[in-house]
Formats: sequence, C-alpha cells, structure tokens
Amino acid sequence: MDFEDTKEEAAFRKEVRAWIDANAPKHLEAELRRANFGSSGVVSEDPIVAGKAWQKKKAEAGWACLHWPKEYGGGARTPIERVIWGQEEGPYGALSGPLVIGHGMCGPTVMTWATEEQKRELLPPLASGEEIWCQLFSEPAGGSDLAGLRTRAVKADDGSGDWIVNGQKIWTSGAQNSDWGLLITRTDPDVPKHKGLTMFFLSMKTPGVKVVPIKQANGASGFNEVYFTDVRIPDSQRLGAVGQGWEVSLTTLMNERLSIGSGMSAGFPELFRFCMEAEIDGKPAVEDSAVRSKLAQFAVRQSGLKYTGMRAISALSKGETPGPENSIGKLVAGATMQDLAIYALDLQGQAGVIWDETSPQNGRFQAMLMRSPATRIEGGSDEILRNIIGERVLGLPGDIRVDKAVPFKDIPTSGKRK
Amino acid sequence: MNLDFSDEQKQLRDQVRRFLNEQCTPTTVRAILEGKERYDGKLYSGLAELGVLGAAIPEEYGGVGLGHLELCVVAEELGRVLAPVPVASSIYLAAEFLMLAGSEGQKTQWLPKLASGEAIGTFALSEGQGRVGPDALTAHVTNGKLSGTKVPVADGCDADFAVVAAKDETGGVSLYLVNLGDKGVSREELDTIDPTRSQARLSFDEAEADLLGGIGDGWNIATQVMDRAAVLMAFEQLGGADRALEMARDYALERMAFGRPIGSFQAIKHILADMYVSATLARSNCYYGAWALSSGAAELPVAAATARVSATTAFQHCSKNNIQVHGGMGFTWAFDCHLFYRRSNALALALGSLSTWESQLIERMSSGNIESAA
Repeated sequence: MDFEDTKEEAAFRKEVRAWIDANAPKHLEAELRRANFGSSGVVSEDPIVAGKAWQKKKAEAGWACLHWPKEYGGGARTPIERVIWGQEEGPYGALSGPLVIGHGMCGPTVMTWATEEQKRELLPPLASGEEIWCQLFSEPAGGSDLAGLRTRAVKADDGSGDWIVNGQKIWTSGAQNSDWGLLITRTDPDVPKHKGLTMFFLSMKTPGVKVVPIKQANGASGFNEVYFTDVRIPDSQRLGAVGQGWEVSLTTLMNERLSIGSGMSAGFPELFRFCMEAEIDGKPAVEDSAVRSKLAQFAVRQSGLKYTGMRAISALSKGETPGPENSIGKLVAGATMQDLAIYALDLQGQAGVIWDETSPQNGRFQAMLMRSPATRIEGGSDEILRNIIGERVLGLPGDIRVDKAVPFKDIPTSGKRK
Repeated sequence: MNLDFSDEQKQLRDQVRRFLNEQCTPTTVRAILEGKERYDGKLYSGLAELGVLGAAIPEEYGGVGLGHLELCVVAEELGRVLAPVPVASSIYLAAEFLMLAGSEGQKTQWLPKLASGEAIGTFALSEGQGRVGPDALTAHVTNGKLSGTKVPVADGCDADFAVVAAKDETGGVSLYLVNLGDKGVSREELDTIDPTRSQARLSFDEAEADLLGGIGDGWNIATQVMDRAAVLMAFEQLGGADRALEMARDYALERMAFGRPIGSFQAIKHILADMYVSATLARSNCYYGAWALSSGAAELPVAAATARVSATTAFQHCSKNNIQVHGGMGFTWAFDCHLFYRRSNALALALGSLSTWESQLIERMSSGNIESAA
C-alpha cells in the first residue's frame, strides 16, 4: 500500500511535466483556475477553439486519448500513466471538456462496433480534437427508461438500403458544437422495446438535423434538443446488427459512467477555503464546532471518493476490469455537491441569496447550487445508479417490468394509457 | 501507486476469517451477551496462538513483527464477527502506548505478555459524562501515587494494567502504568449498551503509578496513540458495516412479501445501495488511514480522523438500516441485528465521540494543508 511513484512512473511524470511546462497555453491558466462549476472558465477566447488547439498539440506529441490504441490516434498508455497525466495536466484538463463525450463514450463505442475502415477514418480526427462527437440517446419519452425511445428509423423505399430517421432527441450535451453524433433509433415497434433498437452514427451536418439549445433552470445552455426530419443515413453507418442497438448502447453507457464518475470533485476544497476565510461572530468559521461537524462529513465523502478512485486505478493496473461498482462516483459527488452548495450559502447568511461578482469565490457556490440538480440526473440518475448498485453489485433481483414482453407499440405511455 | 493490500496480507485475511468463522460464531458472541463471562478467553488465546495479537509487536518483544497493515487486516475480521475479546484495549491501545513511549523495562515486562495473551492492558482516560479534554482531568498523581476515578474503562475488570492519564505534580497531564491488581485499585463492572465489550469503573486510592513517557507529555502521547488506535478501530467498524450490509442483503433476497423478494422493491434496494456506498467510502478512507499508519506519514492525524469519522458513520448507518430491512424480525432478541447495532454505537464512542473526531479532523486540516482531501 503506497502512494509513491515507481521508478518508471517517476520517469514518466518527469517527461509529462516537462512537456506540459513547455507546451501548455499558460496565458489561460489564471482563467482555468478561476473556473466556475460547469464551465472551463475560459472567457478571453472561444473555449471550443482553445480546447481544440490544446488537443491538437497533445495529439501531435502523442499525448491525446491515452487510453486508446495508437492506430486510432491514441497513446496506448497504462491506467497509471493516464492518472499521472491527469495530475500533471491539472487545470488544462478542463480545456478538453467539449471532447470528453467523444473520447470517453462515442469513441469506445465506435471502436467496439465499427468496421476497421470506419475506425481508421473516424477515430483519429476525434482523438486529435479536429472533430467533436455527441451522444443522441435521451428523448422526451425515454430518459432513465432509455429503451422507451421513439425516434424512428425506417428503410427507405427506394431500394438504396438507406434509413430515414424522424423524431427528437433531448439533453444532448454539446450538439451545437458537434461534427458527428451517435444515434440510437427504433427500427421495429412490433417487438419488445429492447429488441427493436438500432444504432447509427451520422454527420451533424446531414440535411434534416436541427439543433435547438435548451435554456436550463440555471440559465445556461449546455444541453440541446435535436430534431430529425426525414434524415437519410446510409446503412453502412449502422453500428451492430439491426435490432442490436440496446447492446451497442450498453458499451456507451458503461463508459459514460466511468468517465463521468472518475475523479469527480464534490467541491470540498473550495468550501473548506471559504470556511477558513469566512467569519462567525468575529472568529473563522472553521473554528465553530457546528461548522466543523458539517465540514468533516463533507470531507470524508470527498476523500472517500478520491481513494475509491485510487483503489479502482490500483485494480485496473493489476488487470482487473472496472465494474458497476464505479457507479458510486457520480452518485456521491452529485448529492454531496448539492448539499455542500446549500450549506455554503447558509454560511453566507442572508447575503447568500446574492449571486454576482461580490459573492464569495465569484459566486462559485451559487453556481454549484443551480447546476448540481443536473449532476444528479445526467448520465444515469441517482435512482438508476442505486438500482445498478443494488442489482449488479449486491445481486438483488430486478423490479417487475410490466413492459418487458410487450410489443413496443402496445406499451402505455403518458399520453396513451390502457 | 497501489492502494490495496498485498497478496500475503490477503492470505492472512483469509486465514483469520477461516479461524473466526469456526471460533467466533454468533453463538460465541451471545454467550458473552447473555452469560457471566466478560470476554471469550478461549477465543483470545486462540488469536494469540495464531500470532495475530502480536502482529505489529516486534519480535524482540515477543511479537510476530509483521506490521500495522497486517493488524488492520486482523481488525477488520474481528469487526465482522463482533469478536468479544479485549484486542482493542490490549493491542490497539496498551501495546501501542508501550511501543511509542514505554521504557525498555516497561516494554520488556509487558509487551511479550500482551502478544501472548497472558496479560491484558487497557487505557483509562474518561472520567464520566461529556467530552474528554486535558484540562478537565481530575485524577492525579502525587509522590508516585494515583488517586481518582476513571469511567468507563474498556475491559477494566479484566486488564492486568492500565495506562492512566492523570494530572502530574506540575499540573500537566502525564501517563502512568498502574497494575490493576494492586491495593488501592477497585473495579466495578458497568451495565452498557454493548455487553459484548465490557466496561468498568476504576477507582484509584493512592495506587502505585509508574510514569510512562515524559512528565507533561501525556496528552501528546495519548493523542498519537489514539490516532493509531483510531485507524485500527476504523477497520473493525468497517468489518462490522460490511457484515451488516451482507446480512441485510441476504435477508432482502430471502424474505418474500407481496409475492416477491423484498429486495426487488426499490425502497429496499436503495437503502441497501446507500449502505454499500457508505461502506465503500469508509473502506477507501480506511485504506488511506492504513497507509498513513504503516508508513509513518505526516498525514496520520488527518488520515486517522478521516478513517475514524467515515467508518463510524458507515457502521452506524449500516447497522441501523440492517434492522430496518429486517423489519420487525430485526428488532427481536433472537435475530443478530441488535448485536451489530449495539457494537456500532459502542464503538462510535470508544476513543472519543464522532463529533469529537469530526472537530479534530477539521482542526487538523486547517492547521495543515487540505490537499489530502482535495
């Protein structure tokens, strides 16, 4: 049990540090360090342009997508090397935000299901940041119940073998900046819901695709609605067999939970710093016993997450496969972040209601309060994650599914009850 | 980086688990709960023979000389089966006091006997209601004689000696080794929420007291030893939390209601998922504590408090929800749920209450750096 680098790890860290020191966009460092929750913090230039530039530089030097094989533009590094890279990249890692979904979820799905030719065409520009991908899964009628999705793909009647897609996706992060999308559709409504799905990839510039940003509860617009009107997709852009879409989507979703949950901060260091500075009755808040009890509980949740991540990395480096137990990361981080934000505002007294540049830490806790409800829902809601832990880690039986053996078209929906 | 036990340590765990599965069943624990014995002497000598009592005691003092990581492994297993033995008092505390601050004579006299289980030691700090602090102690030593009352003292009726924190003649806090068989010492067994780990009131009336460590160093030494014991006890709590979770899971699989296993209801499933989460966070924090303890890291004070707060919270959370998942049956004397509930709440107070450790954690973080939790 140790936290020390081995000789090889230390040498690797030295190499990484030197490269980052010589190449990172240092003029952005101050902005990145000030980053508020839910954004990279880059304001002096277009964050997409800045993110792509950093990724390109990394790719040219072999530091892009360290977990991918080299033939697809990756770095083929060990799990421990990836961790070391992340530690050394520090605040610059946030620049890659727009690429995370492509690198962590779409890329691995393409890698598992596409033809060799497609992989060699699609993956390198994704790795190097030239192209951005989004994930077109959730729908108004299918979020946690993803397999309830209704976007239809029908074979064109012109004998081309193409598919014609009509429907709507929602909660698509980064669709407005994306070049490609991973799209799950219903191709057969006459079979039970999990069996009639098919996965495609498509260019977001395909005629008939329309992206509409959603104004969120916190006022920002990171998510989108994506409408499909008679969108034509060649059959060669199908991933997996017709009707195999559910299986394909599981590749993406497991990668989603891994990439979202790993190393999440629940905001404790910032709260702690605030409590060192804020005062209660003329004394630092951190000296108040009630504050200490609250802080301690947040502290152990944050450190528990950190060391759970390290245990997962230790297991990974011994060749063990990460499993559903990693669902714990986002489950804990999301809820902790929300509780922590509420408490930070409480400590600000009546002035906690103010959300402007005079707010402590530039309004970080107000921003966290307003963004954290989404963290508890996106990428598997708290409830879905608890089901996963209950069923796949603890081995409890699944709930009774009344729609399981029913043809999709006969399943009652909110607008159509039996 | 490697945040895991070694293969050898995992083999030790398996070996200890096999031994305890045979030698420490729920019947063993109930015999202490319901009978006259205050601990299971046969189990204790079995553990000594297995070499686990002396795991972290150097060979020159009769121990096995493995280390604290091995002792953490053992502690987790003892916690899983609620072993009714004085290991915490004698090994996590008394032996650690001797190893940290004992004179050569004190170490030679007691450590081999602690490792072999021939003797039991304990630590006497608390003097009654409320939090313990150095200023509030009234037990005092004058001319080498200790007077005062310590309550509660774990295993106080069975210990051969106690390390007693008392005011010295300069008004500071010092530690003293006191032979509990001496005249001038009287002991009384207490009724508690967890009779499977006995507690006593010790009254000293000019009892012979042998200074342990330097004059005035008592609080400092005690703080260091309690940090070390906190990591070990956190592993016991972790073992208990895990076992309580397993019991609840097994029951949820087997118990049918409304025509289905109750574990298929989300109301139950989500309670169990939350138990898993708290036990998992505690495990990770315990490993951090084990690393700090075994490597002599400067982070030990923060790591120990982190492990302690996390494991206390997890064991209490799992033991109370284990009863909840069991429903009415969980509140019967016949089911074992209450054994875990009792132990979790007793261990939460041993070494100082949860709120005390929470406060210490933040105090230590604010005087050091916070990177450890970032």
